[in-house]
Amino acid sequence: MSTININIKDFSHNLETPSKKWYLWVAVLAIISLFGMYALIRQMIDGQIITGMRDNAVWGIYTANFVFFMGLSYAGALISCASQLLRIKWTKPLMRMAELLTVSSLIVGAPFILFCLGRLDRIHYLFMYGRIQSPITWDVIAISTDLVFCIAFLYFTHIRDFAKLRDYPDLKVAKWRKKMYTFLALGYKGTPEQKKYLHQAHDIMAAIIIPTAIIAYSLLSLLFSMSLRPGWHSTIFAPYFVVTAGYSGLALLIVIMWIYRKNRKLEAYITNLHFNYFGFGLILLTFIYAYFTFSEYLTDWYNQTKTFNLLLDKFFEFDQFAWLSLFHIVFAFIVPVIVLGFPWLRSINSVTLVSLFIVIALWVKRYLIVVPTLETPYIPIQDIRPEYVNYSVSWVEWALSLSGITVMILIFTVASKIAPIIPVSEVIDAQNLEKPKLLFKTKGE
Amino acid sequence: MYKFMKKKEDKDTRRKFLKNSFALGAAALATGSGVALAHKDELSESAGGKTEKIKVLTTEGKVVEIERPINECKIDPCTPPTGDAARQGIPGRSFVMVIDLARCKNARKCIEGCQEGHNLSPDQEWLKVYLMKDNPEGEPYWFPRQCFHCDNPPCVKVCPVGATFKRQDNLVLVDDNRCIGCKFCVVACPYSVRIFNWEKPPESDVPLEEYSPEVSLPAQTGTVSKCDFCADRSRVGKLPYCASSCPMGAIYFGDKNEDTVSNGSDTVRFSEIIKERAGYRYREELGTKPNVYYLPPVNRMFDYESGLGDLPEAKQEVYDKIRYSKNGK
Repeated sequence: MSTININIKDFSHNLETPSKKWYLWVAVLAIISLFGMYALIRQMIDGQIITGMRDNAVWGIYTANFVFFMGLSYAGALISCASQLLRIKWTKPLMRMAELLTVSSLIVGAPFILFCLGRLDRIHYLFMYGRIQSPITWDVIAISTDLVFCIAFLYFTHIRDFAKLRDYPDLKVAKWRKKMYTFLALGYKGTPEQKKYLHQAHDIMAAIIIPTAIIAYSLLSLLFSMSLRPGWHSTIFAPYFVVTAGYSGLALLIVIMWIYRKNRKLEAYITNLHFNYFGFGLILLTFIYAYFTFSEYLTDWYNQTKTFNLLLDKFFEFDQFAWLSLFHIVFAFIVPVIVLGFPWLRSINSVTLVSLFIVIALWVKRYLIVVPTLETPYIPIQDIRPEYVNYSVSWVEWALSLSGITVMILIFTVASKIAPIIPVSEVIDAQNLEKPKLLFKTKGE
Repeated sequence: MYKFMKKKEDKDTRRKFLKNSFALGAAALATGSGVALAHKDELSESAGGKTEKIKVLTTEGKVVEIERPINECKIDPCTPPTGDAARQGIPGRSFVMVIDLARCKNARKCIEGCQEGHNLSPDQEWLKVYLMKDNPEGEPYWFPRQCFHCDNPPCVKVCPVGATFKRQDNLVLVDDNRCIGCKFCVVACPYSVRIFNWEKPPESDVPLEEYSPEVSLPAQTGTVSKCDFCADRSRVGKLPYCASSCPMGAIYFGDKNEDTVSNGSDTVRFSEIIKERAGYRYREELGTKPNVYYLPPVNRMFDYESGLGDLPEAKQEVYDKIRYSKNGK
């Protein structure tokens, strides 16, 4: 990449005292989030009878959201950590977005599994009486570890920018924010020793986060595949979930790139090249994802076992899940292949639009993993109460899901007010980035 | 003593006593007068309590009627344990159930008995009666299904807080004071046995302090509940509600260690009935090792259609789909 002339000055106006419009935006997001809070309180008081969940479909979109948001976090972690370790220069301007995506979706996603709990007041029992045999305990351990590591990594990549903001005299921000920058910069002065240690810290965190994220997301899939249920009890689930996660996360990262590029006028930093390269990644993941999906369903379909057939039939019945599966197939497979496959259809906008639909389609996919299987137990349901036969989402669940999205946007809004959304120091550094260390040398080098 | 138990058992006639006491009780009565009289001496000291008249055979060969107090307690202690003590199980016991599918005609009395006994709302069924049809040519049959109390329970494995546990007397129970309501066990159970308290359960006479996983009362909002094999009733020599309320005597309950199961009027050898009647466990291939055995619906006592009754149209449709199904569709 050619040298970018980047300076903290270019971002100062984004960080300075917010405008009324900004406050209004935050207020709107906060109100929607608080409405979700209200829904949660109602659920705790009235019991889960006010959700759409009933016996049979005892999990609903809370679980789908949990899997979905966790998945988003995975791609961000992988991209930022891999490019840190592999010394990839061109991804540097996007790193903060990727890391914010990781942390914000982890913060938003993890609580969704808690909303499923009938007794949220007993949540501490998970630690008091935790049993290591339970996949839920595995998830609790893996996700909290992942969250700590990702927050640490996010913070490490901020330190040099905080130091820059502290040392930038013309920054028109409130006094407490100056103090905050001073505190958060941890006395970073840019001495060679500090540089070395910080760089090492980055590398170590990146090397730890990659396996942690993969483990966390694999364990998430075990929540399903450890159950004796057709459609879930599958050995392919762990890698399948990891691929799905990467696919949805990369798609959302493209959407976020597009939004910041437009909104903050970052055309100089988020370029055609990024959309191009990520487009390659996207089409690659489309095929890998299609491959996994095909393997998963083909194997079960071929044997024609009774309960799995009942499940599979539901994906083709329009009063069941046919519309949703059709939407999923069209927007997760067909449209990406067409748009990214034909040169005259590719553009920044089209790639972004496709990505947006991929994100939605992959949420639908999570719904299609959770709900139909629960509605198809080994002993077919002979209930006649419609709400016990078919799951339908109630307002409480919609409210909480919506507030999940708004909280995520809120985290982005606030975080990009605190520090520049483009990691200035890293981009500067990337221009004279050392070459990756060699593991060994051959003669003649 | 628990009020809800008394309610049903106020009028204890000899016949009813016999009906309600399984192997252990029946065996004690069958022994000679010496035993019975000695029994009387022993119990007359414990003042108060109900008495009953029983006929015993004297050494001279006369039948005399004597009065004796009812020894309700068959297993010590009689009161179901609370807290962690409930996780131990009754020593030496190995509870088992046998369901004779040839006798079930979907009278649904077992469900009603269970719901009344466990103070469930009409919406909640610990025990469900399914209409099953094994193959397109087969005759449908009624299939009562309660918790199988598996020896390899998938529900117990997945519980993150140990709220559901396996006991040495075969029972799989839920401690509602521990349950966090994650519903993972509901998902893990391949037999859809477990139900969730979505809303406030009906008021119970049992105070929360006396909660025992064996009694499962009082139920709590946001926790999981399921069939508990009525261990508390075993302690006082009674059959589970479902077994004692089945008019057809389709449900046998007993102890594998004693090798006896009883439906109230009939007490049989467990091992023999399983061998003779080709008893099987539902979905053996899942490896859950259930403790509920089924006797296949051969030589039926009733036509399955007699159980269709006056059903709402929707239910009729559900059953019609099964009755007239071809190739499992």
